[in-house]
Amino acid sequence: MSDEILTRMGDGERITMSASELKEEILTGTEDAAEKGRIAQLTAEELDKLFEIMADPSRMVSVEPGQEVIVTDDGGTMSFYSGQDGGGVGVPLSRMQAILTYERACGADTTSMGHSDYSYKPVKSIINFETNEYYTASQMTTAPFFYGAQPNMGLYYQPDGPCVNPAELFAEGDIEGAKKTQEEAAEHLRRDLGFVVRKFDEVGCEGINFDTSGSAGDADYMAALQAVRDLKKDLPHMPMILGASGEFVLGMHGSVEFDGKRLAGMYPQEQVQVAEAAGADIAGVAVNTNTNESVAWNLARAATFVKAATAASNIPVHVNVGMGVGGVPMMEQPPVDSVSRVSKTLVQLGKADGL
Amino acid sequence: MRTAGDLVAWMQMTRKMKINEAKAYMAGKLGIDIIDLTNEEVMHQLREDLGLGLVTSVSGSPKGIRAKMKIAELLDIRINSVGLFKSQIGYPE
Repeated sequence: MSDEILTRMGDGERITMSASELKEEILTGTEDAAEKGRIAQLTAEELDKLFEIMADPSRMVSVEPGQEVIVTDDGGTMSFYSGQDGGGVGVPLSRMQAILTYERACGADTTSMGHSDYSYKPVKSIINFETNEYYTASQMTTAPFFYGAQPNMGLYYQPDGPCVNPAELFAEGDIEGAKKTQEEAAEHLRRDLGFVVRKFDEVGCEGINFDTSGSAGDADYMAALQAVRDLKKDLPHMPMILGASGEFVLGMHGSVEFDGKRLAGMYPQEQVQVAEAAGADIAGVAVNTNTNESVAWNLARAATFVKAATAASNIPVHVNVGMGVGGVPMMEQPPVDSVSRVSKTLVQLGKADGL
Repeated sequence: MRTAGDLVAWMQMTRKMKINEAKAYMAGKLGIDIIDLTNEEVMHQLREDLGLGLVTSVSGSPKGIRAKMKIAELLDIRINSVGLFKSQIGYPE
């Protein structure tokens, strides 16, 4: 094995490291996750395994036969027809064509569709357009077919929505006001999530993805959890993915709870448990990539969080491995060497049920 | 559809099965070893024989809602689009 190991930074820059440097990166990555998340570090055996994966001279790596997992997505089919800002390649396919191409030409285990403005609030006003298209496509798809969008509670703040922007209130020192407006926005969001999912249920929707829940903080996350619980009471037959947006829930409010547990500051091992308690069928974990650190550091860190999360969860855990998450470099075209190493590690060491 | 990923996915979605449990369930239903769930040679023939949908297009062979009806029956699960379809065509319970 060469002492000059080709690897990358979290921004995708290709670098070389010696074996000892790589091992040090892996160790400090797992230590960081263990300290922040108050969880166990990767074991010595796992650290060795991760080093082997990272130091493998092949361009791409993979798991052994029998270890494969499944893939879900967050509007992956949009990557065909959207532009650069959507991470897409700009091929003018219809949504149906993109969905079937992804299912059959790419061999996807599951497919999905979503609004180009991938949030639930804009879907509400064009709900019939979306449900019509979903219904038509669902007659043709064979693989599980989700409808996905993001709760994105920020859209409920002025000028886009009815609630005062808490950022303005924080700036004025009005903490209680800022909390109250987030609670108001959360109620709007909870109601709208319920409205949209019930409409999709009427057209035989096979599954719903609440992507990046908590992106606007703990009140956003609370609304998504509440909506899942509300919906599961009425629609127990509707599969739901509840995906997180980062390795800890941002405490923009700081005090909101779910089942008596404060959501602010929750790490993945706790996030998956509240997702399960709410009634979600699959929990999504997101660990943000630090672009100033190496992929080895980021991946060791992500694997540590994921391992704790899968051990804590009784429901399947799917790890976000798009650009900038899961240890994948934050860049427009995530390098296949990094993506394959992330995938292998999160399956073999993290015990992920899907990606 | 290439092998059994979609089938394993249905079990995660509808029964909250983690990956190993979902694979074991699927392998049991199909009467194969777990390792053959990702064996194209085995799964292609099984999918064709059972009408579960093939990733390569064979004219007249089940795809879409027709294949999903077979999948729901084989896996003993509810697929919402299939339920709606059956209700709309007067499919007997």
